[in-house]
Amino acid sequence: MIPFDFIYCLPNTLREAYDAFWGLTSVGKNPVYYAGGSEIITMCRAGSIRPGAVVDIKTIPECQHLFENQDALHIGSACTLNQIKESKLFPLLSLSCGRIADHTNQCRITLGGNLCGTIMYRETSLPFLLSDATVQLFGKEGLRMVSFQSVFDGRMRLEPGELVVKLSVPRWALTAPHFHAKHAACEKIDYPLVSMAALQKDGKLRVAFSGLCARPFRSANMEEVLNNRSLSFEERAQDAAKLLPEPAHGDAEGSGEYRLFVLKNTLQALLEEAEYGAV
Amino acid sequence: MVRYEGKTVVKLNVNGAVHELAVRPSALLLDVLRDMLGLTGAKPGCRNGDCGACTVILDGWPAKSCLVLAVEAQGHSITTVEGLNGTAEIQKCFVEKNAFQCGYCTSGFLMVCQALKMQHPVMPPEYVIEEWLQSNLCRCTSYQEIRSAVAAMYRQGS
Repeated sequence: MIPFDFIYCLPNTLREAYDAFWGLTSVGKNPVYYAGGSEIITMCRAGSIRPGAVVDIKTIPECQHLFENQDALHIGSACTLNQIKESKLFPLLSLSCGRIADHTNQCRITLGGNLCGTIMYRETSLPFLLSDATVQLFGKEGLRMVSFQSVFDGRMRLEPGELVVKLSVPRWALTAPHFHAKHAACEKIDYPLVSMAALQKDGKLRVAFSGLCARPFRSANMEEVLNNRSLSFEERAQDAAKLLPEPAHGDAEGSGEYRLFVLKNTLQALLEEAEYGAV
Repeated sequence: MVRYEGKTVVKLNVNGAVHELAVRPSALLLDVLRDMLGLTGAKPGCRNGDCGACTVILDGWPAKSCLVLAVEAQGHSITTVEGLNGTAEIQKCFVEKNAFQCGYCTSGFLMVCQALKMQHPVMPPEYVIEEWLQSNLCRCTSYQEIRSAVAAMYRQGS
């Protein structure tokens, strides 16, 4: 049971959602955008957040898009992880979605919820960091399209009241050689010690991580070392692991040192697979 | 735009019957099913989306009813274990294969298995079955028997 009341709004359009958000804000209701609800309900029940209103965006048509056109694949923020996974349109993203929470929860958790949530892993961000993706936002000036990397530095940096409408992935990334690995402390379903996604473009590996540090990231420095073919796989993995943008995260799941150990093995496996054609 | 504030009357389609219920917008589907409709088959376990004991079927897909607002379920088809009427193939297979001990997790597992059959009428690859079943926990560790029940469900349906 959630031990308090809130207002529930179900807008039909982006404009209605945005206006509802600000209307509720103006009367002190501290609203949150809502879609799958798993994180918001859990946090409300636990008393971590206490919104006075939720604005449910999951029936807004633009947020439900999941289609490919000549330029790109377009994925609405209210698409569930399971819809994305089963569509098989972006194989690397399908792999990421398939390793977040469990299957039943994947039928509820949305792309927008995973990207904008407070849980630090945000594993769906990794394929977008690697693929020159763009994101469409709705805010004060209406719709705007920006590169994903420009608004994601480990968490979504949005204007107040702005909401994520959809993400677009250029077609090259949909068929590029890819690699995904997630290592957790005990079982398949858990938060990651190291979650890694990689895409190959023009023979070069692009690599992004979650779980390793306190935020998901892609590092140009690490990629440079990983693509240095004058070094052995082991040397590249060792050297890249020294170039984390911030210290390795340590918690009950595993220490920072252990995460680094897992990282090196994961990178070495990636390089071997990339080299021998199984990526 | 729909807006609910305070107690509101909603119509929920549960097991094929439409119920008009006055609920708070923050009321959870699990609590409404149990406390207002007396459908106690969906079990409160962790209430955190981890254990799967409260699983129901929402428009043909499994959903943990502790993570669904009752107001959100309006306009959708909800099936609880009571809706299987004790006659579903998977229920017979659970009995045949002794796929439970204490039984607390059973209704949740049944709903996942029933949804699996709805989405995959023909037996899917082993990894798909494993993936679906991993959403639920059984503290008595009847996992092997549950797998056998799923296999039997597909064998009998073929």
